[in-house]
Amino acid sequence: MAFIDYYEILGVPKTATADDIKSAYRKLARKLHPDLNPNDKDAHKKFQQVNEANEVLSDPEKRKKYDTYGKDWEHGEAYEKARRSQQQSAGAGTQWSAGFDEDNFSDFFTSMFGGGGGGSRSSNIKFRGQDYQAELRLPLSGAYTTHQQTLTVNGKNIRITIPAGIANGQVIKLKGHGGAGVSGGPAGDLFITFIINNDTGFRRDGDDLHLTVDLDLYTAVLGGEITIDTLGGKIKLKIKPETQNGIKTRLKGKGFPVYKKDGHFGDLFITYSIKLPVNLSEKEKELFTELSKLSQQK
Amino acid sequence: METAHLIPVNTFCIHHHVDLTFINSLQRFGLIETVTVEEVSFIPEEKINDLEKLVRLYHELDVNLEGLDVITHLLERVKKMQDEIVQLRNRLSMYEE
Repeated sequence: MAFIDYYEILGVPKTATADDIKSAYRKLARKLHPDLNPNDKDAHKKFQQVNEANEVLSDPEKRKKYDTYGKDWEHGEAYEKARRSQQQSAGAGTQWSAGFDEDNFSDFFTSMFGGGGGGSRSSNIKFRGQDYQAELRLPLSGAYTTHQQTLTVNGKNIRITIPAGIANGQVIKLKGHGGAGVSGGPAGDLFITFIINNDTGFRRDGDDLHLTVDLDLYTAVLGGEITIDTLGGKIKLKIKPETQNGIKTRLKGKGFPVYKKDGHFGDLFITYSIKLPVNLSEKEKELFTELSKLSQQK
Repeated sequence: METAHLIPVNTFCIHHHVDLTFINSLQRFGLIETVTVEEVSFIPEEKINDLEKLVRLYHELDVNLEGLDVITHLLERVKKMQDEIVQLRNRLSMYEE
């Protein structure tokens, strides 16, 4: 277990007064408070360290113990026993309530001072449980339909309905599926961020889909009919004669489902990429030459 | 009116050890909205998290009401910008594939 330098965490010298410590703590808390840094895991971790440092250094008794035994904390137990025989004390440190539990105190702290927070936390104040963050990976084809999925969060199975049309990076909140509350407080929430991997040939832009379709020269010149696969099934498309390379056509309502709007879909944009014939036979070359001459006569 | 999803303001104040005047001030600043049913003020259940956040910032960071107003607006802007970044990244990925 590594020694933690609480003075360094708060950025104060060992000679710092109680006011210096309070001031340094307030400054760092304003910068790192979880309510001001939502979804910033790094800030949350630093905030917990700062909180723990303040818990020790703002309490004269804990600070004395830390200063005496800090680097040799294993001997702190003897000190603790002697102290307990003299008097019971109540912790003086401020305890933050932004969804934290005892797990947020380091092993170092727990070994030296026992359960997180000291006596001040034994009051009947109810604390809301910790919010949990989770990521769920989904293929784009899976995001096309509303479906149910079972997640395991901290050993518990949660069955959720994923609405069709969910976007990459979108976050949904499952109320009450976070950490358990403390002293009868409500449970925290579970925030799931969806990471959507594209397993299709389509490109997604919001609710619209884009697809490049190869077209042979003869169909492009003379027109015809082709069949393409979409996420909702096969579609027959009429190709107009003299279709140009790179031309784009829009199929209304054939795109991606609109999130939480049943029956509403974006559009599908198709770009035609005309492929020239290769490995021409002599006969084909002759005919192309003839066509070329004809076009020059125009 | 159905009050099943409403928390009485008094209950909230007792639970969080805050004064009723604090809630009134937040309302005056437009930071929260309360619902009055038969002369009793309630907070909608879905707004409790937001209100608890304001209480934490007020008590734990000594942020005054003006500060809470500024922070709330800035956090809303940050959220909007983060959502926009996600959308732009998604659009950008269209051209990177």
